Amino acid sequence: MKILTSRMDAHPSDSHTISRYLATGGYRSLKKALSMEPADIIAEVKASNLRGRGGAGFPCGVKWGFLADVHPRYLVVNGDESEPGTFKDRQLLERDPHQLLEGVIISSHALGVNHAFIYIRGEYPKPARRVQQALADAYASGYVGRNILGSGFDLDITVHLGAGAYICGEETALLNSLEGRRGEPRLKPPFPAVEGLYGKPTIVNNVETLSNMPWIVENGGAAYAAIGPEGSSGTRLFSLSGHVRRPGNHEIVMGMTFGELIEDLGGGIRDGRAIKAFIPGGASAPWFTADHLDVPVTIDDVAKAGSMLGSGAIVVMDETTDVVKAALSVVSFFAHESCGQCTPCREGTTWLENMLRRLTVGQGRAVDLDLLLDVSDNISPGLAWPPRQTTICPLGPSAVSPVLSILTHFRDEVEALVTTGVSS
Amino acid sequence: MSERVTITVDGIPLEVDAGELLIKAAEDNGTYIPRFCWHPRMKPVGMCRMCLVEVEGPRGILLTTSCNMPVSDGMVVHTESETVKKAQEGILEFLLINHPLDCPVCDRGGECPLQDQTLSHGPGESRFVEEKRHFEKPIPISDLVLLDRERCILCARCTRFSDEVSGDPLIEFQSRGNNTQVLTFPDEPFASYFSGNTVQICPVGALTSKPYRFRARPWDLEKTESTCPHCSVGCSIEVHTSQNEVIRYQGVDNDDVNWGWLCDKGRYSFESVNSAERLDTPLIRNASGQLEPASWPDAMEAAATGLASIVEAHGGNSVAGIGGARGSNESAYAFGKFMRTIIGTNHLDAQLGDGLDPHFLVGSTPRGVINDLDTAKTIVLWGPDLKEELPVLYLRVRHAAQQGAKLIVIHPRRTGLDDRATFKVVYKPGEGPALLNKLVEGDPGLAEVRAAINEGPVVGLVGRTGLTEDPRLAEAVAAFLRELPKATLMPLARRSNVYGALDMGVSPRLLPGRVSSASESGKAALREHWGSLPDDFGRDTIGIIDGLADGHLKGLVMMGSDPVRDVPSGNRAAEALSRAEFVVAIDTFLNDSAAAADVVFPALGFTEQEGTVTNLEGRVQKVTQAAPGPGQARPDWSILEDLAHRMGGSIGATSVNVLFKEIVTVAPAYRGLTWVDLEFGEGRDGLVMPLEEGDQPIQYVAVDPGLAPTKAPLALHSARTLYDDGVHTRFGPSLERLVGAPMAYLHPDDAARLGIPDGGEVDVETVQGSARVQVGFDPSLAPGTVFVPFNQGIGQNLGSAVEVKLEVVS
Repeated sequence: MKILTSRMDAHPSDSHTISRYLATGGYRSLKKALSMEPADIIAEVKASNLRGRGGAGFPCGVKWGFLADVHPRYLVVNGDESEPGTFKDRQLLERDPHQLLEGVIISSHALGVNHAFIYIRGEYPKPARRVQQALADAYASGYVGRNILGSGFDLDITVHLGAGAYICGEETALLNSLEGRRGEPRLKPPFPAVEGLYGKPTIVNNVETLSNMPWIVENGGAAYAAIGPEGSSGTRLFSLSGHVRRPGNHEIVMGMTFGELIEDLGGGIRDGRAIKAFIPGGASAPWFTADHLDVPVTIDDVAKAGSMLGSGAIVVMDETTDVVKAALSVVSFFAHESCGQCTPCREGTTWLENMLRRLTVGQGRAVDLDLLLDVSDNISPGLAWPPRQTTICPLGPSAVSPVLSILTHFRDEVEALVTTGVSS
Repeated sequence: MSERVTITVDGIPLEVDAGELLIKAAEDNGTYIPRFCWHPRMKPVGMCRMCLVEVEGPRGILLTTSCNMPVSDGMVVHTESETVKKAQEGILEFLLINHPLDCPVCDRGGECPLQDQTLSHGPGESRFVEEKRHFEKPIPISDLVLLDRERCILCARCTRFSDEVSGDPLIEFQSRGNNTQVLTFPDEPFASYFSGNTVQICPVGALTSKPYRFRARPWDLEKTESTCPHCSVGCSIEVHTSQNEVIRYQGVDNDDVNWGWLCDKGRYSFESVNSAERLDTPLIRNASGQLEPASWPDAMEAAATGLASIVEAHGGNSVAGIGGARGSNESAYAFGKFMRTIIGTNHLDAQLGDGLDPHFLVGSTPRGVINDLDTAKTIVLWGPDLKEELPVLYLRVRHAAQQGAKLIVIHPRRTGLDDRATFKVVYKPGEGPALLNKLVEGDPGLAEVRAAINEGPVVGLVGRTGLTEDPRLAEAVAAFLRELPKATLMPLARRSNVYGALDMGVSPRLLPGRVSSASESGKAALREHWGSLPDDFGRDTIGIIDGLADGHLKGLVMMGSDPVRDVPSGNRAAEALSRAEFVVAIDTFLNDSAAAADVVFPALGFTEQEGTVTNLEGRVQKVTQAAPGPGQARPDWSILEDLAHRMGGSIGATSVNVLFKEIVTVAPAYRGLTWVDLEFGEGRDGLVMPLEEGDQPIQYVAVDPGLAPTKAPLALHSARTLYDDGVHTRFGPSLERLVGAPMAYLHPDDAARLGIPDGGEVDVETVQGSARVQVGFDPSLAPGTVFVPFNQGIGQNLGSAVEVKLEVVS
């Protein structure tokens, strides 16, 4: 069953246009939503058990319930999809922008918002153009703007492009960026729902999360909740990449195992090799190995197994992978993307990166293994899952995941590298 | 009184104010939590993560930063658990891995929070073997401050100070992650009046100041608490000396006054103390008309004879005294007593024609204090641009406005506070009375302002916006503001210890202790102490200058004053000095006025003598000797006592202590003050005089004198800028460079109408003088206004008349 990608699958050439959108039932949900009381829409969203698709998996309806009773208030769409291996929102922005817009308009109506913002990753020019065009068409057709469809509801939507920082996917850094400040996460509390954009109550939701709203309004929250296993209701878009035969986005009902997902949807490992490891939910998630292929793809099962489903990016590594180099690649990313405001992340992630790099060029020392762990521990005390942090936001602990993963699952390999100076 | 709650820190129950930040509550009760980014005078940002502690909560024990955690009742905190220790050691290790550890050559070494907290809370060893981060070693970010990005730990104290406290965000984090660095914007230096504060609060040696770099090791410094002499705010400072030389001032956090901040002019004015140009020997004008070094006895003899012969020939009231505002209360008191009892004149003034009515300045009711700003709902500033004239008061007003007080600024030009003002009203000089009338009468155009100022408590900051403004306008404004709900007034004058000098009676209209010179009982009481007191009418400085110029006055004694540069009509003052028969100057520098004297005495300056000073609130604070003076320089009061002796009398000025004791006996408003209290007791932050309400003799109620507006096609606005050509800047190499070039500023529309290009040259002419200057555009001016900074080389010749003409030269 598909909710998010059925239109683009059926009409690959023009699913992004307003004519195709309208021809395939588009903006029908909006009409229905505008005839509903906002509280009833919120109730449907709560009933749907929809959990945020940005990474943290927080129940959307609950988040909406935190919105402080202050006006103006804002809805911000987080389209700063930047985690390595994650490219699902890109497809939704590029191929079905009206689905998102309709979700935004419905949600704004439900939340009492008259100005929404869509923050799109700066390196997504085509998705941004598509959304801009869709927005222009929606304005022209009266779905956005004054007195939408005669309902008396006003909404403006502003599209904003990021300037190239992964950290702006963190919701408070995103708000800073939107305000024209440095993209640095804010101290919490206050949370955005109380004090967000321009100091006003703000809901920040992921692109995929909001793209579900037209379906939920049309079919009801209960229908959505009925899809998939408990706690992971609805369908979900996974970005499968790495050493699989068929990388790409796949919308699935959660509950199948990772093994099935990789085999059935990804076509198995390339060149018939064996799997060595995979990241189940984006670069910040602890790695799984072949032992975890039986873990069901649900938010709770993955958490129970010591990782997270995160942003839905599954990166597969086959048996030829040099895990130290792979970890270095991920740690380098986080070190590069650290905003620099808090000490453990700014200094620690680069230190980890430099140590791993030293290992890969045969300059590792025996003490480096424990040093890697202890430096990691100083960023993420106890090295527990879910991680604790000495930092302001979770970016620092994200860089710890790959380090901890290779030293947990492949310590022999790392030790051998230190002893011989070359990877096995 | 705020609500109290009980928290437990390391097993010890503490009762603290609800809502207080945990780091502060713990520190106030004896538990120091290490920190770098947190500063008690700025908002917490939780960036350095050094202040991590464990707090017990519903979700278990959590590591959390204590700098942004408000305490709540029942909170249980651990600051020394294994987890906390490991986290803190980890943070310190992170901070140190890229720090160059060049402590032996770092100014901060020995007074460095990074060093100190590494010792107390850091790991014992370094495990980092990678290459450290490298940046070009110190780069100048302004004329005064250098930045070493390798030493920087990115705590953002400096950037936050600039943005949050001083309001000139000229430095900011750039780049990100491991490459994050503090930098200025391209082609825009860190030209802040407050840049020195960033050096002082930098927790490492990343920011250093040019005037102090490599001059001392902190452990060699002698530290003496004192009060900054630059303006009348009275910031608490620590004077640091090494081998008897003053080498820096540091701000001291005085809760009532400066919160630890200083302006750069105050901070770096120490250089002028050490100037080679300081007077170090008496001078006598020789037969050929040149001033030449002389011995003290010869100079004393010459001065005493010169003054005595005038007194004998024309009477005591043919001699006048100008000055007293640049020294201590004790010197000012000695000056007043010398002029009135030894010379026998009432012509004496500590103001220089640029001030306000002395009764208004020292006796205004209801008189406010700086801390009133923090509880005010509304602040009305109709007076000088505080950023230029009373810089640290500017910081306090700025803070109050940021905390939510409504701020109304009324001034002929942009001011430093405009960006924080709820309402800003600009007017053309001369049209102040009309504007005030509109405000009083509720003109619809000012309805919003009028409504805003009706919410009390109101603090009225009133003074002259510029030197062409009638000083009585400030009183008219005060008369209006004092009737607002819960209003307090702060009449503003800027010169150093001018409030102290007026309190000591250095004014034709005042006797020591805020007594009116017209008060018969006041005079009688003073006569009891002093023996004699002249009864004649006394002239103020402008009157004295007129008297000297027209021959009514013959002699002049100046003490720490330079009328030629400071009186609004400097050329007129120069003329008066040249006409005077005999002039004595007591000063630290041979300034333009002293250079015209017949005898010049070298005086000890600030940091070289003990005493008290009084700030714009009427707060008495200590100044302290920290270093010896140059050559044969002596305290002013001692010079005056010697002179009195030569003239056959005495003012009883045998020591500062004796003078202080006499002041607290003779001066009603200063009764009850003790030196011990100021030095060691409650009065360490200063004591606002009088201590008892009943000891305030003048209860001055400002009234609107009903001024008529002055209409002029082109009106002159002449006001001071912080960096001028005064002695602090002229004789301080670092500040001297910062003085702007003389310019005249015009509204671009006026310039277009008059056909003057930006950068063009004009002759500025008033009835009192003229000057040829370059023109700059300033759209913040009311149309029809010409702004010429006073005291940047040309303004003082233009006088105080409103009307001005421009002649285009090119």
